[in-house]
This record gives sequence, C-alpha cells and structure tokens, in this order.
Amino acid sequence: MKPAAFGYLTPRTREEAIEVLSRYAGDAKVLAGGQSLVPLLNFRLTSFRYLVDINRIPDLDYIRSEQGYLAIGALARHRSVEQSAEAARECPLLPEALQFVGHPVIRQRGTVCGSIAHADPSAELPALLTALGGSVVLEGSSGRRVADAEEYFLGYLMTAQQPDELLVEARFPKLPNGSGFAFEELARRHGDFAIVGVACAALPDGSVRLGVCGANSVPFRPLKAETAAAQGDLQEAGRLAAADSDPDSDLHATAEYRRAMVSKLVERAVRHALERKEGNARG
Amino acid sequence: MKAPRLELHMRVNGRAVALEIEPRELLIDVLRNRLGLTGTKKSCDVEVCGACTVLVDGKTVSSCTYLAFECEGRDVQTIEGLADGETLHPIQQAFVDHQGLQCGFCTPGMIMATKALLDENPDPSVPEIKAYMRGNICRCTGYHAIVTSIQHAARETARS
Repeated sequence: MKPAAFGYLTPRTREEAIEVLSRYAGDAKVLAGGQSLVPLLNFRLTSFRYLVDINRIPDLDYIRSEQGYLAIGALARHRSVEQSAEAARECPLLPEALQFVGHPVIRQRGTVCGSIAHADPSAELPALLTALGGSVVLEGSSGRRVADAEEYFLGYLMTAQQPDELLVEARFPKLPNGSGFAFEELARRHGDFAIVGVACAALPDGSVRLGVCGANSVPFRPLKAETAAAQGDLQEAGRLAAADSDPDSDLHATAEYRRAMVSKLVERAVRHALERKEGNARG
Repeated sequence: MKAPRLELHMRVNGRAVALEIEPRELLIDVLRNRLGLTGTKKSCDVEVCGACTVLVDGKTVSSCTYLAFECEGRDVQTIEGLADGETLHPIQQAFVDHQGLQCGFCTPGMIMATKALLDENPDPSVPEIKAYMRGNICRCTGYHAIVTSIQHAARETARS
C-alpha cells in the first residue's frame, strides 16, 4: 500500500475538528480535496498519525459576497468558484487564475482553501491572495483570527497556521468596477505547477497590484515594480520584479531563467491588465 | 502503527458494497484488488494522467489520489458499469466506431471523463472538449480520433 498507515477521523462539526486537531497537535493533517495531500502520501513524502477528513462538516462549502471581499469556505471546490457568478462579478481575476490550477478533474475535487493552506510557493492562488492583499480566517482552540496573506505564508509549504487551527475561509478583496486584471504563467504543460506565474490587478485609482509565484520561497508582491507599473514603465516594472526575486534552480529551470521569466511575465501581465482596464473604461 | 479498520459502505455500479478497509487504502486499489474491477487503470499515482478516472456521485475523480473511505455512503461508477449487458454505452460505441483508442490503456479514463463532460454539457464545442479532457493523457497520442469520438458520442447521447 502506498501511504503509511494513519487513523481516519471524520468530525461532524468545526468544534469537533478543532478538538481533535488540538488533541493530536502536530500529528494530525486535514483532508479537504486531497489533491495536494494524497500525492504526497502516495510518495510517502508525508506521514502522520491521524487524518482529519473535514468533508462531512456542514456550512463550509460556500462562496459569499461580503463587504469588500469574496469569502470562500474551506470546502468550496476550485470548479465551483470557477463557475460562480459571484466570483466572476466581484473578483474575476480568481476564476481566471483557476484556469491554470491543475486540470478539470483536479479542480472538481481540490479546494481553494486547501491550495492556500498547502502553501506551495509555485501555486497560483497564494500569489493571487498576496497580490490582492487578501486574508484567511483561522479557527483554533484559542478562538478565531484573521491573518493577512503576507503574514500567513512563511516559507516553502510553511504557514503561520498553528497545528490546532483550521483554515475555515479565504477572503479575496473585490476588484472595483473599471479594474483591469491578468494572470500570466509559464509551465511545462498546462495545469502543471508554475515555473513562474504573475497575478496583476490594475485598479481604477491608477495603482497596480502584483503577485509572483515560483520565484521565491513564498509568493510575494514586488512593491517597487508596482510603482513603476503604475507610472506606465512596463520594462522597468519587469526589471524591478526580477531584482526582487530570489528563485532556486531545480530540474525545471535555473534561477537565472526564472528571474528572466519574472521580468517578461510581469511586463506581459501589466500590459494585459492595463489594456483590459482601458477596455473597461471605454466599454 | 496499527490503525483501526473501517467499515466502508458504498454503491459501485449500482450495487451496494460493504467491506472492511484500512484507512490508507485508495479507491483505485479497492476497485481493482478487492472488487476485481480492473477496467480502471493505474498509471501515474499522482492525478496527472487521467487513466484512473471514475465517477463519484456523478463527478470525476482520480481514484489513485482518492482515499477509499472518502466514498463512504457515495455512489461510484466505473467503466464496468456503463454497458447494458452486451450493448455498449453510446460513448463506448462511439470510441469503437471512430478509432478513439489504440492500445486502450487510457480509454476507460477517457470514457468516464467523457461521460461526466456530456452529463454537464451535452453539446460541447471542440475547444470545450479539449479543455475538459486536459487531464487525460493518451501516450499513443491518438487525440484527434478521441475528440472525434467524443463529438459523435455527444450526438448519439443526445439522440438516445
């Protein structure tokens, strides 16, 4: 059998889930869609004593439009978000980025919150959450707290989430009317993890927001590049984003190549977002 | 560590199944090794190839990365559940008629993904077919005939 042995727990409420997470702190892992977790289990890259399957907890499968942000519950699948009218209206960059996440079968099962909690630095959604200045809601034995994307992602597959905490909701800020947006990505094959990916939102007030994945141990906002992009200097924005990157070399790409791609993709994403913004202003 | 075994109840191709499993057992292993349903193929083990695609409550899942106990109380459909006795399902017939298979290894996954696609979108365009089938890989590279088969399957399914 591929995965190492574990016990299977099926809490029926959030309280029950948090209770078992705190009881087995550090030795329990949450299962939502399992599209990152089960491959790791199959490779035995991870093992733990208890699997906490949260799929039977009610009221976690939602997409809600709230004041200023789109709230995505822990059990909302990528594909529901991709097809959601609220997401298309309030944060169209989210369904756009989801096109790059795996393929339809993975998106049918995988969850937005799971992808964020997994915190792979080359994944699309953490970069998008970072670009927009979004946050996550964590519930644990000491209560409920909201963590900003920038304080949540700590490193490769590492977050500020405590072992007894459950990520119950991700909050993606809404894009105001008249915004332009784009997601650009370089991957070996469509649906693979990005070699480099860039999320961009050009807001009606003239500011530009960027989020980069695959170029650092965490997704990041290249702030100097955002300023240059807002001034319309696309090449400079690319150069500055590349200078802020600190990628590793691996089987798929050298650090140098990744940095060069950050520069290109930032340029392309900003151009695309600004064009769409103009189109929106005219339309 | 010895984890307590679980009693799994599910329906497979319309038949109620109850068996004792280990928590770590994957759906594909239960289907193939415990139930003898070897039509579902095992290949990449990491949900990138599509060969192990089955339907759970009508939705596609990669059974290689789906724990069997996630199926508790659910309805599983595999390639073995499509034909009506000796009469092939219209999707299977379309793949036969339009050479939608070569070695055949990817075919059960292709057909189950097609079933889910047509249930959701009975009249898909070619770009829609290609986008939906992105997770199903054919190493014989017979994609053109597969897309043609799916188009014909859509027509046949609409008729029946």
